[in-house]
Amino acid sequence: MTGKPVLFIELYGLFHWLYEKLQATGLSQAWVNIITYTALGLAIFTLLALVALFLVWWERKISAHVQQRFGPMRHGWHGWYQTVMDAIKLLQKEDILVDTRDRLVFFWAPVICFVAAFSAYVVMPWGKGLIVADLNIGILYIMAITTFTVISLLMAGWGSNNKYALLGGMRSAAQMVSYEVPLVASVLVVVIFVGSLSMVDIVKAQSGLVFNWYIFRIPFGPIAFLTYVTAATAEANRTPFDIPEAEQELVAGYNIEYSGMKFAMFFLAEFINLFTVSAIAATLFLGGWNGWAFIPSWLWFLVKTLGMVLLLMLFRWTYPRLRVDQLMEFAWKFLVPVTFANLIVAGVFRYLGWYW
Amino acid sequence: MVELPTEEFVVNMGPQHPATHGVARLILTLDGEKIVKIEPVIGYLHRAIEKVCENRTYAQCIPIIDRFEYVTAMSCNYAFSLAAEKLAGIEVPERAEYLRVIMLELNRIASHLLFYGVTAMDIGAVTPFLYGLRERELIVDLFEMTCGQRLTYSYNRIGGVSRDIPKEFIPQTHEAIKIIGAKLSDYEGLLNENPIWLARTRGIGVLPKETAIAYGVSGPVLRASGVQYDIRRNDPYSIYDRFDFDIPVRYHGDCYDRYLLRLDEIRQSIRIITQALDGLPGGEIRAKVSPNFKPPPGEVYSRIENSRGEMGIYLVSDGTKKPLRVKARGSSYNHFEVLPQFGTNLLVADIVAIFATLDIIVPEIDR
Repeated sequence: MTGKPVLFIELYGLFHWLYEKLQATGLSQAWVNIITYTALGLAIFTLLALVALFLVWWERKISAHVQQRFGPMRHGWHGWYQTVMDAIKLLQKEDILVDTRDRLVFFWAPVICFVAAFSAYVVMPWGKGLIVADLNIGILYIMAITTFTVISLLMAGWGSNNKYALLGGMRSAAQMVSYEVPLVASVLVVVIFVGSLSMVDIVKAQSGLVFNWYIFRIPFGPIAFLTYVTAATAEANRTPFDIPEAEQELVAGYNIEYSGMKFAMFFLAEFINLFTVSAIAATLFLGGWNGWAFIPSWLWFLVKTLGMVLLLMLFRWTYPRLRVDQLMEFAWKFLVPVTFANLIVAGVFRYLGWYW
Repeated sequence: MVELPTEEFVVNMGPQHPATHGVARLILTLDGEKIVKIEPVIGYLHRAIEKVCENRTYAQCIPIIDRFEYVTAMSCNYAFSLAAEKLAGIEVPERAEYLRVIMLELNRIASHLLFYGVTAMDIGAVTPFLYGLRERELIVDLFEMTCGQRLTYSYNRIGGVSRDIPKEFIPQTHEAIKIIGAKLSDYEGLLNENPIWLARTRGIGVLPKETAIAYGVSGPVLRASGVQYDIRRNDPYSIYDRFDFDIPVRYHGDCYDRYLLRLDEIRQSIRIITQALDGLPGGEIRAKVSPNFKPPPGEVYSRIENSRGEMGIYLVSDGTKKPLRVKARGSSYNHFEVLPQFGTNLLVADIVAIFATLDIIVPEIDR
């Protein structure tokens, strides 16, 4: 990444225009980069905040329709700006703090959670050329940065100085570390075939016919996809793997002592994480932005990602919750062996060239 | 291998907790997620129902006793009326008996539907809760149509019932039990074979037969432990001896059996209601009883089988218009006290499942 910045090599529009205008003013290259990246960061942040607000509303509507209710109906058409109102309410709320908290840890936990959730979008390919930075370690970067969520949840659990929160924090640490293994092993199947960690390369390798998508790479593609979805559900802390915040057992889990905007940060980060795991599934297994050319590439990406989100939401409103030991058994005794076997088989097939 | 030094810690589950269905409190000693000791604490919902009754006339007691077990308020006010009638030797008209049985069984179904929803929610599936309440609504509408109330009915009177059913009641009840019977298979389809549900309930919280009997456990919890004991059959009251129905029994005594048994009981209640609606005679709905009636001095214990187990009312009369002593027996008290007997090989999540399948309701613990 030296010389010309990788950003927006293919991206037309506002940021390219801004980049060229700034260069024309004679500013030093460093300042041009800083200003453009800041503008871009703000744009991504705004977009993701809107996505999170939309997902909260969508989840409420989906749960409502699964349960034969209406859900929010008052604010706008089918309550479309209900979550905007909720966000405003949360902004105004008093930040209730427990006296016995660990001040530093308590404060930074939601911040880290929030930042970790958003950082994944540096390498997320929203569409053809719509990527902030095409890092050559793309998927590895996402896996690494989203793991920070574990630390934040553990911090929240510890810093609250509450037994329920601590139990929730410990559960989330155990769960997310365990499910990280099958998650990465499932992702590696795709990486083996692409031969690159770059998100753009992964998508480009799936261009052309629908059968180039990695979910159709029989036999290991579908297996990797299923194991990925299972592990991702656990990574996103969603039912049937939502034990860190199991309401009926731990009241609210790690975020029990958080209120106001700090709670909102956890809450939004959770939905961003949901979107992240769905977007990775769409990119790795469902061909990313690839599709018929007459529909814009970013729309393909959104449709596939939201389809995955819908699937995960339906899981949540259908299944009961696993117990903590059953959850670990499932990860170590079933998912890990299956994903590793799948990985080895995929590697052998790749080596022998037995694939199309 | 070096053992990590670990510490036990104490968690207060309740009185304010989403899974305790009210204000029950459990003091849990935990070793990580494992439970070392369970200590139930009672007394957070004590409203002195029994004492309040002692300062009222018999007729005035009925609305108070409704609050004793609000999920099946019909059986509360029925149990009280039954005790008072036994005490004074009042003959209840036939039609009133039939109406009472219909209402009691409808209320049992409503209670079990609530159980289905709440248990599923405690084990993490939120959607069945809404499904359970949706069908319960049909029954609650029937009650509202009959007595104007949706929760605390006060429908029974000493010597009969407060008012006759409207003429739409019978077709609407047939319709409601038809829908509920059909929806039951939906419920079973959603959970019975679900591997997560089985992992969470099968073999969890086994209550052996001997322990159950020793602790005075009754109702579905007892029957799920393999004891065929139902007061409707073993000590028949009202007109239950006229109907053809089975007493479902299951033998494992775990959470799964307690859950299945209640679904079985809904089917049996539907059978009873169908027979009662077909055989409903005409005539009076209430015997002539003065509002200030004074039963002769004496004492009586009447017991009925409600949706949770044995509900008993013990009355002592001194010949005045107010009872000298009222004692209500709620099955939840015994179910709550048996909790430590489930052993220590449990996790926090199991306690929630056990608590839910015991179907404990807190006002029954603290009269």
